[in-house]
Amino acid sequence: MDALAPLIASAMVAGTPLMLAALGLLVNERSGVINLGSEGMMLMGAITAFATTLASGSFTLGFLAGAVVAMLMSGFFAWLTIWLGANQVATGLALSLFGVGASAYLGLPYAGESLQPIQFAVPLLHDIPVLGPALFRHHPLVYGAIALCFVIAWFLMRTRAGLIVRAVGESPTSAHSLGYDVRRIRLACVLFGGACAGLAGAFMSLVYTPLWVEGMVAGRGWIALALTTFATWRPLRVMAGAYLFGGITILTYHMQALGVPIASQLLSMLPYIATVVVLVLISRNAAWIRLNMPASLGKNFNPNA
Amino acid sequence: MSAHFIRNALGAAALALSLGAPAVAQAEPLKVGFVYVSPIGEAGWTWQQDIGRRQLEEALGDKVVTQYVEDVPEGADAERVIRDLAQQGNKLIFTTSFGYMNPTLKVAKQFPDVKFVHSTGYKTADNVAVTNARFYEARYLAGIVAGKMTQSNIIGYVGAFPIPEVLQGINAFTRGIRSVNPNAEVRVIWVNSWYDPGKERDAALALMGQGADILTHHTDSTATVQVAEEQGKYAVAYHSDMSKFAPKGQLVAVTHHWGDYFTKAAREVIDGTWKSDMTWGGLKAGMARIEGFGPAVPEDVRALVEEKRQEIIDGKLTPFDAPLKDNTGKVVLESGSLDDDALSRMNYYVEGVAGKLPRK
Amino acid sequence: MLRLERRAQPSRVMAWCSPLLAVALTALIGSVLFMVVGKDPVASLRVFFLEPIRDLRGWSEVGVKVAPLLVIAVGLSICFRANVFNIGAEGQLVVGAIAAGALILHLDDDTNGGALLISLALLAGVAGGMAWAAITALLRDRFHANEILVSLMLVYVAELLLSYLVHGALIDPDGFGFPQSRLFSDGWLLPVVLPGTRLHVGIVLALVAAVAGWLYLTRSFSGFKLQVGGIAPMAARYAGFSSRSSLWISLLVSGGLAGLAGAAEVMGPIGQLTPSISPGYGFAAIIVAFVGRLHPLGVIFSSFIMALFYIGGELSQSRLGMPSAVTGIFQGILLFALLACDVLIHNRLRWSR
Repeated sequence: MDALAPLIASAMVAGTPLMLAALGLLVNERSGVINLGSEGMMLMGAITAFATTLASGSFTLGFLAGAVVAMLMSGFFAWLTIWLGANQVATGLALSLFGVGASAYLGLPYAGESLQPIQFAVPLLHDIPVLGPALFRHHPLVYGAIALCFVIAWFLMRTRAGLIVRAVGESPTSAHSLGYDVRRIRLACVLFGGACAGLAGAFMSLVYTPLWVEGMVAGRGWIALALTTFATWRPLRVMAGAYLFGGITILTYHMQALGVPIASQLLSMLPYIATVVVLVLISRNAAWIRLNMPASLGKNFNPNA
Repeated sequence: MSAHFIRNALGAAALALSLGAPAVAQAEPLKVGFVYVSPIGEAGWTWQQDIGRRQLEEALGDKVVTQYVEDVPEGADAERVIRDLAQQGNKLIFTTSFGYMNPTLKVAKQFPDVKFVHSTGYKTADNVAVTNARFYEARYLAGIVAGKMTQSNIIGYVGAFPIPEVLQGINAFTRGIRSVNPNAEVRVIWVNSWYDPGKERDAALALMGQGADILTHHTDSTATVQVAEEQGKYAVAYHSDMSKFAPKGQLVAVTHHWGDYFTKAAREVIDGTWKSDMTWGGLKAGMARIEGFGPAVPEDVRALVEEKRQEIIDGKLTPFDAPLKDNTGKVVLESGSLDDDALSRMNYYVEGVAGKLPRK
Repeated sequence: MLRLERRAQPSRVMAWCSPLLAVALTALIGSVLFMVVGKDPVASLRVFFLEPIRDLRGWSEVGVKVAPLLVIAVGLSICFRANVFNIGAEGQLVVGAIAAGALILHLDDDTNGGALLISLALLAGVAGGMAWAAITALLRDRFHANEILVSLMLVYVAELLLSYLVHGALIDPDGFGFPQSRLFSDGWLLPVVLPGTRLHVGIVLALVAAVAGWLYLTRSFSGFKLQVGGIAPMAARYAGFSSRSSLWISLLVSGGLAGLAGAAEVMGPIGQLTPSISPGYGFAAIIVAFVGRLHPLGVIFSSFIMALFYIGGELSQSRLGMPSAVTGIFQGILLFALLACDVLIHNRLRWSR
């Protein structure tokens, strides 16, 4: 099974942008705010990062720039929804729409440019047969995403700050009456979500395919949104979902290459169907689901009301 | 009316006519419109179409004025855009994607004095011509290169959708490979999208994971070629020369060149000699070319390609000469070579390609 | 500094002015953007807002785009009011188109057609969309699977299914292997309501749907229950309103309407099944629904504006040389402006020290 190592490696890389964006959205949503602008933020992150790295030669600067731009976008979203009380779903959609158009426009001079990818390898570990090429030759952000997953899980479940975030998400009025500034907390979470989306987009244009093509995120922002629901708002499940989705996509390509006699369109349906099936299996227990969706998700909170 | 007035009027008329006369002799520039299915970008199908458009402008100077609309989805929108271009006074309109076929015909009926040229279609009308290029001829030559250069005998193909044009390319490429290397095999992955570089990369990596050491593609971005370069493998680029992206990895590129055809069509419209026909130009017409040989390709392979290229141009060889079998062993052609009709309907893989296509 | 103060009661004046204010704000921001990129702002705005409706044909083309957006948005308004987030209208549209198209391809013998058979095909489209939405409803009902995820995933499945069918089972046998179905014969195409244009009966159906939706929400008990269920689920449960029936009704209605839109597209302007029957109407309709404030009559206005912007964006390419990206930017700005202006309905601006 020569193909196993490349399959695992590709699955991890494919899952990383989904995971990064979904983790950000998870924190966002845990505080009760749903931001549908992930596709637009990812694309803006992608073009900003690409342009920055092209101009400066520094990948780190590129990632930073991508995260910052997306954060600014989410900040604008936060202002509209948290302070002005606009409908979260509609505002998020507007953000996506705008981001898709703006990134395409800003990206015009960059079509056809490309970056030299850097090869990474974890010292020593990368030479282990099979596991080496599968797991230990990735860009640091791939490992960073996994680490982020654990950090967020720890943050939400084991720290006071995380508890406050969850409390804000479950019942903003109670949190408010306890003296917490609900709006500021939500802002922080939304900004974090934006930064993650920006990083995810930057990953796409700096690591995954070091080039810029209009719309290159190709719907992954929406998949990330779906993944937070799939993960029932638990960070480790986000990782599972992202790798499941990415992994099955890669698997179907390998199946095609092996000549499996099923039409490619039907094979391509597998990741989506698999996600639904797994979700159904997880959600069967109604008690589990209700315990996880932040109760105030999507509802605006006005402390002066 | 006073004589004075009439004299002035006549004088003014004479002046106007004399001023107008040179204006009439130097006719209004021909307005030429283009409809693109994707953003122009900097590589790929539409990019090459746009290069053709710019060549047209250069060649005919102030005799033409061009305009284009990009990123027009195939479907209900296309008809509106095409009609708008016609209403705007464009007398020659190029609709550059197969999904524009029926919308083009619908609009053409309503604008009989406007000439339309549809790319890669199969229906013509009095004022609708069809153009296509025999990319498969160049693919065959690229296959020769790949067949000679492969060491693993597995060659990967990243395809978008299994339409006849893409299949012609795959099959011709495979025939080229097998003509110099009967042991090599082509494996295809369909990504079901023309522009998703992420998927192309995933597919390219999967093919390489299966042992492919040369890749090619029929998609719109440079991702496949770039991944090959990154992994130290080889690639055959499509649509455009991508050596800028893969200085070591590109073996050769199969490229599209529309400029000459566009210029010829525009000239004919200006001269009034335009006729509707189906132009399917290949290596001979220069519409499909093989170029951009990479540093890795040795001299003898280049010479072989040139030799075969000349044979195709002279009509002595086609990529699909009999005997032709599909990859289930069924004989498709016993003698002669595939005619245009059969080529247009190609819906199978030839011997040497692994896999199966969705059937009716 | 400027502060927002909640009004005692939502301002009716603002409710009417807000969309107009938003459009004006969009025009303002838009002209600034145009100036930044070096285009004449007045000419540019004219292309965006006026050029699409310059003549009767222009209006008809806007109408062709309004029809699917409107009909889907009506369904989504009902759905979102019930707090059921059907993000998969695009998929329901596609399956509706497949259902209608498959029926036509099966029955079309080049001579038949006519009102009855056309209605049958449209009903097939509705049924297709409903069936697809029913999957989402079922999985939510039986297994508590979140409908956002399921409906979104099913969009991709639907698109792949369409591709599979037009490459295979439904392909035109004389079509040289093109992934398209046979062209539907004239008897099966939707009649045109404005001669000489493409404006087909779908626009009438959409308007009827809007009125029907409005009547449903405002005049029927079922609609009332549905809305209460969305606004105050606990109260609804206490009152004995079944959230389950609201779920099914909202998904089946929005799915059926999306399916109708899909059927009308392939039986109207397209005339066959192709791999790309919708440039994202199902998603755009979500925006249309919100801009229209989830009101079946309000979405008539918002679908008109969205359609105008789509066509304006297209025209700005050929008239002004703007890139295709400009459409999305404009639509985004409009939506932002509208959302910001809507804030003024429930709040007023106050100076305070």
